[in-house]
This record gives sequence, structure tokens and C-alpha cells, in this order.
Amino acid sequence: MMRRLFPHPWLSVVLVLTWMLLVNRWAVGSLLFALIIGIVVPLMTAPYWPNATGYSRPGRIPAYLAIVIWDIVKANFSVARIVLFTPRSALRPAWITVPLELRRPEAITALAGTITLTPGTVSCDLSEDAHALLVHCLHAPDPDAVLDEIKTRYEARLKEIFE
Amino acid sequence: MIWEIIISVLLVTGGFFGLVGSYGLVKLPDPMTRLHAPTKAATLGVGATLTASLIWFPTQGGQSTWHELLILLFLFMTAPITGAFIAKAHLHLGWDADELPRPEPDLHWATFAGPENESVLDRKTPDE
Repeated sequence: MMRRLFPHPWLSVVLVLTWMLLVNRWAVGSLLFALIIGIVVPLMTAPYWPNATGYSRPGRIPAYLAIVIWDIVKANFSVARIVLFTPRSALRPAWITVPLELRRPEAITALAGTITLTPGTVSCDLSEDAHALLVHCLHAPDPDAVLDEIKTRYEARLKEIFE
Repeated sequence: MIWEIIISVLLVTGGFFGLVGSYGLVKLPDPMTRLHAPTKAATLGVGATLTASLIWFPTQGGQSTWHELLILLFLFMTAPITGAFIAKAHLHLGWDADELPRPEPDLHWATFAGPENESVLDRKTPDE
């Protein structure tokens, strides 16, 4: 019964919070409307992601977010240094293939988003069978080190959260 | 006073990274490397500016708002998607499947998967 009414409990919570922040004013009427949205939207969109299940360890999400935000700040400084001080001829852009252990689409999306937001890497494409990710590096004299960092720093943690 | 210093530092940081992001667009050599400048430098640039605004309102006597936080979240969620789409469009138009590392010897990347494995620009329309 609860499962049918709330097919995606986390989505409901996020929608209620987002609506309350958008309204930006505490009122019972707003909360009521937020609850309506939080119930109706997941129900209406449920057919589009039938296989979605929850997280296995949601408690690890804050630690992951903290790591990603810290890396984004670091990434900005390193990319700024490359843009300002590395001459064009010394730039070593590289394509790397990241074989994926993650299988859930939500987990792969989270990994791809993290890669794009952090140190000099942009995730560009997924292989046909969704078992590998194509990543472009802005400046990677040692592509294996980048691959290793993605696998251990992000993928391992996402695997714990999602699977 | 202390808040004013923090806000000023955040604004200067935001401005600096916005500038670096724009400069990167001009300086970097090709579309794939240019893609890095706006997805990185601009996220911290906009992020720091919005954080400054987020701190300014409650500390400097304005009405506190949470809209900056939402803008920040939406920006961080959409930046990777625009990045991936620009990259995919660029791969479609300007790259050959053989120029990229293969995911598996007999598999293609999703952009190049399909019956002909060729760019949409090369594909002939039926009436041609």
C-alpha cells in the first residue's frame, strides 16, 4: 500500500523540499501544495522508471557529496592553472575508457555527472552495452592515474551507495 | 564586518573563475578541450557568486532567501548534461569511430552505434 502510494519516496521528499524552497515562505498552504506535488509527480512518472529501487546505503550520500564538492573546488584551481599557464603545445588531451562495474542507470548517471564536474575530465559517451564510459581529459600526461582515481575515489563509493 | 570580508572574497573568487572560464574558451585549441573551461571554471565562478548572495541576505539585514541554493543545485545537475550533449554532437559531426579508443574490440560507443556507424551528415535522405 505505502509502496503503491509512494513509488519513489526519496523523489517525494526532494520534491516537497524543492517546492518549499521555491516558495521561500513558510505557510501551511504551501506545505499542503508541496505534499500534493510530492505525491502526484512520483505516481505519474513511475511508469517511466519501473525498475528503480532505493539506495542500499543512503547514509553514505553526504560523505560522497562532501568529497565531490571538495574535488570541484580543487578541480577549478587546477583547470584555471592549466588554462592560464600551460602553453598550447604542452597540453596533453587524452581519451580514456572507463570500464564500469556499476549497472544501475541512476548510479552510472551519478558517476558521469561527477566526472564532468571534477578535475579536468568530461564524460562524453557510453558504450552500446552501457558497460564502459568514454571520458575526455583536458590535460592527462598519465591517463592510467586518472582512470585509477575515478575507479577508486568515485565508482567504489557509488557502488556502496547504490548496489 | 567578518561577513563582509567573506562575501567580498567569494565575489572576487567568482569573478576570477568566470573570467578564467571565458578566457579558456578563447585560448584552448579545439572544441573538446574548450568544453572543459565552461563546465569547470564556470561552476565555481557561478557557485561562489551565488554563495555570496546566499550569505549577504541574512547577514546584511535583507530577507533571507533560498533561491540561490536551488539555482546552484539545478546548475550542478544540468552542467554535466549539457557537457555530454555538446560532446556527443561534436563526436557525431567531427569524429570517426576509429579515432577513439573502443570500449570492447567488437563494440562501439553509443554515438556511433547503429546500422551504418556513420555521421548523420553523411547519411543520404530517401529522395536524394
